[in-house]
Amino acid sequence: MKPNAAAAARALRMLGPFLGLVCIIAVFTAIDCLQAHREMRDPTYLTAANFVNVSNQTVIVAIAAFGMTMVIVSAGIDLGAGSVIALAGVVVALVLRGSDDSGALARWPVLLPLAAAAAGVLAGGTAGLANGLLITRLGVVPFIITLGMMGIARGCAKMAAGNQRIEAPTGWVGEIMATPPDPAWYGVSWGVWLMAALAVLTALAMRYTVFGRHVFAIGSNEATARLCGVAVPRVKLAVYTLHGLYTGIAGVMMFSTLEVGDPSVAVGKELDIIAAVVIGGGSLAGGEGSILGTIIGAYIMSFLRSGCTTIGLQNYWTEIFIGASIVIAVAIDKLRRARRA
Amino acid sequence: MNAGAPAAAPLLEARDVAKSFGSTRALDGVSFDVAAGEVHALVGENGAGKSTLVKILSGAHAADRGRMELLGAPYRPAGPLDARRRGVAMIYQELSLVPHLTVEENIMLGREAHRFGIVRKAEHLARVRDALALLGHADIRPSAPVRELSAGAQQIVEAARALAFEARIIIFDEPTSSLTPEDARRLFGAIRTLRDRGAGIVYISHFLEEIAAIADRVTVLRDGRSVGSGRVRETSIDRIIELMVGRKVAELYPRIPRTCGEVVLAADALSGLALPRGASFTLRRGQILGIAGLVGAGRTELLRALFGLDPIRDGWVTVRAAVLGKTAPRDMTDRGVGFLSEDRKGEGLAVRLSIEDNLTLSRLRPYTRLGWLSLSRRRAAAREWVDRLAIRARDACQDVADLSGGNQQKVAFARLLHQQADILLLDEPTRGIDVASKAELYRLIGALAARGAAIIFVSSYLPELFGVCDTLAVMARGRLSAAEPVAAWTPERVMACATGGTA
Repeated sequence: MKPNAAAAARALRMLGPFLGLVCIIAVFTAIDCLQAHREMRDPTYLTAANFVNVSNQTVIVAIAAFGMTMVIVSAGIDLGAGSVIALAGVVVALVLRGSDDSGALARWPVLLPLAAAAAGVLAGGTAGLANGLLITRLGVVPFIITLGMMGIARGCAKMAAGNQRIEAPTGWVGEIMATPPDPAWYGVSWGVWLMAALAVLTALAMRYTVFGRHVFAIGSNEATARLCGVAVPRVKLAVYTLHGLYTGIAGVMMFSTLEVGDPSVAVGKELDIIAAVVIGGGSLAGGEGSILGTIIGAYIMSFLRSGCTTIGLQNYWTEIFIGASIVIAVAIDKLRRARRA
Repeated sequence: MNAGAPAAAPLLEARDVAKSFGSTRALDGVSFDVAAGEVHALVGENGAGKSTLVKILSGAHAADRGRMELLGAPYRPAGPLDARRRGVAMIYQELSLVPHLTVEENIMLGREAHRFGIVRKAEHLARVRDALALLGHADIRPSAPVRELSAGAQQIVEAARALAFEARIIIFDEPTSSLTPEDARRLFGAIRTLRDRGAGIVYISHFLEEIAAIADRVTVLRDGRSVGSGRVRETSIDRIIELMVGRKVAELYPRIPRTCGEVVLAADALSGLALPRGASFTLRRGQILGIAGLVGAGRTELLRALFGLDPIRDGWVTVRAAVLGKTAPRDMTDRGVGFLSEDRKGEGLAVRLSIEDNLTLSRLRPYTRLGWLSLSRRRAAAREWVDRLAIRARDACQDVADLSGGNQQKVAFARLLHQQADILLLDEPTRGIDVASKAELYRLIGALAARGAAIIFVSSYLPELFGVCDTLAVMARGRLSAAEPVAAWTPERVMACATGGTA
């Protein structure tokens, strides 16, 4: 075989989710065009404007899912991501409100929102670090630890917010998810560009760094990784902390979208995030998963949602379709593998 | 054969090493050494202490007593990783490769060359290609995922890992047990290359012909002691066997007179999904049919297809009067067939449940009334079985995980007897248990046959097949030879048959 056969095999693995995405877009576009024709209007689904919207709706799930991809590749899981997103959003709002009250925001209109965003990201990172420490020090499975974190982070968010939504001036943080963006030639919002940049960065890190290899090795066979001298606890700690930081970034995006700090937002979001990874070819048994697959997975869910809305289906259909897409994605992957074996 | 001193100063030397697990003395003062540029074979029956010894050498266990020296300096590895760093690499029976990573990634795992955390792939590839080429395997692609390689190629990758990091001592633990003869031949080539480059090789194997082919020296372990060592050229295989067994074969394999009755189980051109391929045999009451063959030949698959754990693609199974084209475990259990899995901990027993749970799992009906279990009656019955098979346990409610391997196997046996099976399919029933427990199991199997049970005995250990069975058939690549009386076979002919030659 040629030396780049492995690269070809990887590309082939991406083909499944990618074809799924293409099929979904094709089906909804067809229905949308039919309806548009009948109602004598222009189609709205496959348009630049809708792509901008769908991308915006993908940002939060996708960014958190990049971290989740690392976690799942290392044979871990994080059930607390939704709560941590809410916590990070609340932290951003608190810092902005505090600085506004003291008049500091008016004096440093660039620096202070930056500090607020950094605080939100750090809140996520802290939760991730706590997860990582508990998982590696106690040796308790990630499922349990992060199930606990789901409650703890949610409770902390509510406590910090005094059990209500926090109204705060958003500063430029509110611009991140704004469409159309300023300047308009950006096309999509800053948040979407940030998502793309993080995707490239994370994908490269997973492939070309020692850290990335060690994450795959741990997920594939932890005992062997240990035997070969991989610092398993340190790598896991880094994985969960990084994932926490990504979740924190997703929380900042959440604040930017809502323009308030809401401690009760993103309930169940962790399941969307995990679904994005799994639809994109990640295996909960570890050792498999890719950033490209994950972003396709996140887009599949967003395009499904948008499609159902466009053609006027009830919300419950959206839920059924997204649920089915998870099962179908995994079933196809399993079938393909059985045939190869 | 006591001389056995190496020509050169030893690279690694262990003196008077002892190790106990609970009350079991696994190693009782063994001395062992290996020099640069030699292959030192370690032989002995299962449970003789070979694995314990090499685990101590490779840092997986700490010795209770004794000294070790590596290149003249005291050596007491903190763990396998520490041993590896100091140049002692162990190549495990269960391969220690990461299945999802590529050959290159596996070989370099844990010692990546990098700049600011970014892997220097070109440097990796050069080293990996060099190592594979040196072993005569430039055909293995560094970019191939390891799980897509054959078992033989995976062994080569492990050897390449040892070579790439200039391991001075490389321990092979039964490396050929799952290899084809061709792969084994290529592995031997690789081992000779490593040896000629000055590595000290420790080689464990059950196959004595292999030892004659590859080893320079041999040490025989029995019951945790070294009972002899010497140059392979000056030692006959017969002498090694004598040292290994250390007792008259007749004592180990008691014969109870028995007579064969009518045919109770037969297979006619039975084929599974991949293995077996067209296997046929007949089994009578009171008969023990041994099936020999290499690991992966399809023996386990044959038993699983018979019992209904794997689908039958083609052919027939006859159980007493019933001719079946399809089998299911539930149905076979009802027909009095019992299956003992080779994977005792993974499949054969629910090790985290108690003895009584395990023993009665396959037949709870005697203890139920209207769907409710009578725990007291069940416990009484379980206690009876514990006594009858002399299972050494505190009580019937003890967890199976706490028992020794031999006693666990007795629990698995007791379950078959409890479910009133009289056609027994035994897959490697003595794997991983000590010699004394083996002798008890042989006696038990003989007694069952004398009482009219029909037994298929699959084993990779020829002496026990010759000692226990009435007739013997050999499986190779899914095909089963005709069964012939044990007396008509010789070990050489069985091996020839098993390795694909003809009988």
